[in-house]
Amino acid sequence: MNIIVPIKQVPDLVEGLEIDESGKDLNREWIKLKLNEFDDHALEEALLLKEESGATVTAIAIDSQDIDKVLFTAAAKGADKIIKVTGNFGTTVTSHEAAKALANAISSMQYDLVLTGVQAVDDRDGQIAVLLANYLNVPHVSVVTGVSINGGAVSVMKEYGGGNVAEFECTPPLVLGIQAARQTPRYVPVAKVRQIMKSATLEEVAGGDVSVVAASTVQKFSFPTGGGSAQMIEGSAEEQANKIFELLKEKGIK
Amino acid sequence: MSKQIFVITEHLRGKIDDVTYEMLGKGKELAAASGGELVAVLLGHNQKELANEFGAASKVIYADHEKLADFNPWMYAKIVSEIVAQQKPRVVLTAYSSMGIEVAPAVSVSQGISLTAYVSDLSIQDLKVSVVSQIYGGKMNIEAVDENESMIACVLPGSFPADAGKATGSPAVEDFAVSGLDESKIQFKKLIAPDKSDVDITQSEILVSVGRGIQSNDNLPMVEELATKLGGAVSCSRPIVDSKWMPKTRQVGKSGLKVKPKCYLALGISGAPEHIEGMKEADLVIAVNTDPKAPIFDYAHYGVVGDLFDIIPALSAKL
Ligand SMILES: Cc1cc2nc3c(=O)[nH]c(=O)nc-3n(C[C@H](O)[C@H](O)[C@H](O)COP(=O)(O)OP(=O)(O)OC[C@H]3O[C@@H](n4cnc5c(N)ncnc54)[C@H](O)[C@@H]3O)c2cc1C
Repeated sequence: MNIIVPIKQVPDLVEGLEIDESGKDLNREWIKLKLNEFDDHALEEALLLKEESGATVTAIAIDSQDIDKVLFTAAAKGADKIIKVTGNFGTTVTSHEAAKALANAISSMQYDLVLTGVQAVDDRDGQIAVLLANYLNVPHVSVVTGVSINGGAVSVMKEYGGGNVAEFECTPPLVLGIQAARQTPRYVPVAKVRQIMKSATLEEVAGGDVSVVAASTVQKFSFPTGGGSAQMIEGSAEEQANKIFELLKEKGIK
Repeated sequence: MSKQIFVITEHLRGKIDDVTYEMLGKGKELAAASGGELVAVLLGHNQKELANEFGAASKVIYADHEKLADFNPWMYAKIVSEIVAQQKPRVVLTAYSSMGIEVAPAVSVSQGISLTAYVSDLSIQDLKVSVVSQIYGGKMNIEAVDENESMIACVLPGSFPADAGKATGSPAVEDFAVSGLDESKIQFKKLIAPDKSDVDITQSEILVSVGRGIQSNDNLPMVEELATKLGGAVSCSRPIVDSKWMPKTRQVGKSGLKVKPKCYLALGISGAPEHIEGMKEADLVIAVNTDPKAPIFDYAHYGVVGDLFDIIPALSAKL
């Protein structure tokens, strides 16, 4: 079984985001990026399937800032092949563009499953998993929390709200949007990544034509103010705890 | 150009999700502004009577087939694509939900229609649609305009009042002829109901809810202690469940439970839209977070910028 795992980086939300001068994008100069956590889960699930049933795992990513290191990290975790999709990409690649470039690259490969993250925090024009499936013209299941391979068939668990789960039986090829792997994604020490950078080869494949369908046009980025901003409780931890205690008392809770 | 507004309704075994009413309410407003009609799209089997729940719409397009009795990603996407292709409505509203996340991108690609996701607001004037997306985990709003012939908006649940879309009546029902459903690729097997053996957090008046800020399951006992002292229960965000530190039954949010306690203490939870969806109706929300820009503060009534490892013991000591 061949499993392909498209991965990408997203801004690390622990760091403060800034808006650039145009007002239509993030200020990307100092931005700290990290692997999309759901892609990390997709990679983990693929590696678990490999360990169970001997699949070959290929991690693939669109050429972008620091992506080589991300791909080598995937190799250090256990991906058998790593591929960078090259092309004339701008600083921001929309989900449609990314999905189309990935589809162009993947369609010439042998694959049974494509596992990628259910979403990323920057998918303004939709989530890549289902877009990719449709550009590849293969079926999809997203919001997946369980995958098992039984001979030629793949059994997939999909989550709904309220803790309801549906089980589907699928025939590859197939794209899955992974919500959570069976276990917390593995960690790999930097030393191992450095080591693999010397031995693994990073292949390059052209992304081809990524001109896509109509899209809405961004006018403005702004920080949300939410429904009604919270009243902030100041002071030392002790004073803050006191105030919370009083609020609870007022509510008749304590 | 069409002026129609479509709402792709959602139900799980006949139980209609609130987000459907939210979309119908918003859709009605959009239809009034565009001068077109509001059309609800319903897929299912022997469920025509559900159309009566969609009195806000002037018409319901109903696709009935035994294979549509339960949601099937590719079949639902195929049928919705066909319906959209026939009518090319100006705006199609789908939910950012487990079902919508499969349908919206599929229709976008198959029909070549623009798609805007994480939509928290939209309006229409002269058939030009202004749309706001909430991205980066709720930390940024992006305004965009859509001047295409047709667009899909994938709407964040909880963005619009559901009451505005709740009108019973008997809208005209138009049957859509279903054909060509091939089950060989994706077959629905069964629906597994949630576990009921644990505490029911939806019944708890006080929830002490923890997120990734708790760092390790070794730190959970102090949270349990606080909850016990308050006479409440512990709930959590999704990553805590994914890490297997707490059972799924304790998860609040989109893929967990919707809760409306008297008091919701959010400790080390950033406030991603998927979490907010599950707790925004709590009477009193108090959030503790080290990040002053955490989106949870936009939804909390009271906020503490601080370390939960200081606040929890200090509060416990008072009780
Ligand atoms: C289809 C789908 C469904 C989903 N369903 C759900 C759902 O049902 N429920 C849900 O919760 N999520 C859900 N998610 C996930 C959601 O997108 C977020 O990833 C998740 O809510 C983040 O959880 P968190 O706030 O605990 O973690 P993070 O976003 O990592 O936030 C941790 C927070 O802790 C703060 N912090 C760190 N240390 C401390 C400290 N010492 N003291 C105080 N604060 C601290 C940080 O500043 C940060 O704000 C879903 C996602 C998808 C794609």
